[in-house]
Amino acid sequence: MTATAESPETVIDVHHLTKSFGGRKVVDDVSMSVRKGRIHGFLGPNGSGKTTTIRMLCGLLTPDSGNGTCLGFDILTESDRIRRRVGYMTQKFSLYQDLSIRENLEFVARVYGLPDARGKAKAAIERLGLKGREKQLAGELSGGWKQRLALGACILPEPALLLLDEPTAGVDPQARRDFWNEIHALAADGLSVLVSTHYMDEAERCHEIAYIAYGKLLVQGTVDEVIEGTGLVTWTVSGPDVHHLQAELLQQPGIDMIAPFGLSLHVAGHDESALEQAIAPYRQRPGFKWEKGEPTLEDAFIDLMGRSEDNFR
Amino acid sequence: MTAPHDPELNGNGGFFKRFWAMTVKEFIQMTRDRVTLATMIMIPVMQLFLFGFAINTTPHDLPTAVLMRENSDIGRSILAALKNTDFFEVQSVITRTEDMDSLLESGRALFVVEIPEGFERAVRRGETPALLVAADATDPVASSSALGALSGIVASALANDRQIEFSEPSKPAFSIVQHRRYNPAGSSTLNIVPGLLGTILTMTLLIFTALSVTREMERGTMENLLSMPIRPLEIMFGKITPYVLIGLIQALIIISAGILVFRVPILGDLPSLAAATALFVVANLSIGYTFSTLATNQLQAVQMAMMFFLPNILLSGFMFPFAGMPGWAQWIGEALPLTHYIRIVRAIMLKGADIATLAYDTSVLAGLMTFAMLIAVTRFRRTLD
Repeated sequence: MTATAESPETVIDVHHLTKSFGGRKVVDDVSMSVRKGRIHGFLGPNGSGKTTTIRMLCGLLTPDSGNGTCLGFDILTESDRIRRRVGYMTQKFSLYQDLSIRENLEFVARVYGLPDARGKAKAAIERLGLKGREKQLAGELSGGWKQRLALGACILPEPALLLLDEPTAGVDPQARRDFWNEIHALAADGLSVLVSTHYMDEAERCHEIAYIAYGKLLVQGTVDEVIEGTGLVTWTVSGPDVHHLQAELLQQPGIDMIAPFGLSLHVAGHDESALEQAIAPYRQRPGFKWEKGEPTLEDAFIDLMGRSEDNFR
Repeated sequence: MTAPHDPELNGNGGFFKRFWAMTVKEFIQMTRDRVTLATMIMIPVMQLFLFGFAINTTPHDLPTAVLMRENSDIGRSILAALKNTDFFEVQSVITRTEDMDSLLESGRALFVVEIPEGFERAVRRGETPALLVAADATDPVASSSALGALSGIVASALANDRQIEFSEPSKPAFSIVQHRRYNPAGSSTLNIVPGLLGTILTMTLLIFTALSVTREMERGTMENLLSMPIRPLEIMFGKITPYVLIGLIQALIIISAGILVFRVPILGDLPSLAAATALFVVANLSIGYTFSTLATNQLQAVQMAMMFFLPNILLSGFMFPFAGMPGWAQWIGEALPLTHYIRIVRAIMLKGADIATLAYDTSVLAGLMTFAMLIAVTRFRRTLD
């Protein structure tokens, strides 16, 4: 697999990546592609293989099998070139806690061989809004600021691709919002981003998403494509005591998924007529309001997760 | 992981830029840990003063007993002479062999001088009789120097008090038969400053670098470092360099104190000593760094360093004479940096040699350093596999 065979717009193009730890397949036959300037969301439950996949992309792990390119460079043999051009933000804060903000940024600038490391670090501090605090130790920063600093260090060497591993875990909503605005601004400038997350609202802010569970990539595409791809038909029912209704509905064939959303229930199935048949008796009940709705991304993921569990039982 | 040469990673002084980035980072981290930094400087000072003053090279007032087998003038003269010196403190005069054994065993006497029956008569006849000395040689430093002094004391006692003429000056009036009990080996007191210099450097330097890679692993910073375009050799040099400075400062403190406080002579030239010390410092740092790449956590790394430190002390010729060790132990000793460094320092400080005449020991040190670095660089995992 060489870069020339691919569209020049493709920044990540990997095929059949497999990685086992201690005999357990953590990533199983994963193929994915990310296009230039796109924000690609990487979703999946804990332990599904997101971090392992990202690490294989930036040369931190060697795949057991599979191949592909990252920024046109072979992930198996050209990891030095990939390292130079990729900004990887680890899940856990991994800058030096006993170095100050400025010292951390200067270290990154020097390792990447940037001319005028001091100047670059200074500019980054101003961009991050950390002016006046540059002497503070990185370990003393709050979670939100640590995350901003880590992102600042990632983009300091002007990478072509960002790999962000759950960057917003444990960060307050305002900081998350700022973070995503920043990511979109960077993507608008042509930077490509692969970001793993647990949050549905964040997934919906991505241009494309990929869903991985138990090491297998289940679906990939735009949000609408993913929802459509599940073939779900959804009804929303609201009324008093929907909790009891949920228990009853669960017994019915044709209903594949029920999820409570506040005072309403999302009732979904893959077979439209079977679903309508199943809910028909309940539609007559007084007090309940039934509406045919669009399945949400969350519905799609709950369904995907349920199906993948079945596959691995 | 085989990475082909990336033109962007080579050339343009990239190696030195990344090496320097690492060095600056390590140096800042080192100075930020104030407690450790203070310890680094305090350890040599403390140990040198503690051991330097505790280990007195000229023992005095050694508890001594005299076993008088005959009541003669010569016997009383010897006894008086022993009492007049600082070396010995005659605590008892005994007449039975059993008393001698119990005194030595209990440690109440370190020496028992036995004046055998018929000693005076034999001396006068010029028969060169034997004066028996039993010494508790568990403390070899004390017993060796005292035994050396004994011969002179007895000879002058006989000459002054009894006016015994020696017809032939080459033929002594008596001989001393020494019996070193418990520890047949003896160690030279000249070892102490060179030995302490090497030991303190080995102990502190090994641990500094033994922690360096495992600390990054445990703090989670390794993942970030590995995702950057920096190579194992650059990381290693960057992590070793700041501690070379610390090692040289430690050596400077110890050598200065050795000269100023303990009056150790330096017969050779200081540049040779400095060059040998720098080589020894880097060799130890490389070995510590190698442990750090082999260990999976800081505790393991420290244990490895300690496992390496012990034979350095015991088999290097610092504690026990190298020549007295069995062949296999000498072979192990030859593979330890401290062995060669002690030889080099002894030769430069006490014999006035220069580094050029110590080609063998210097090249072994350089070889050990290179070997450790090779293992470290090849063992360093650039991935998290």
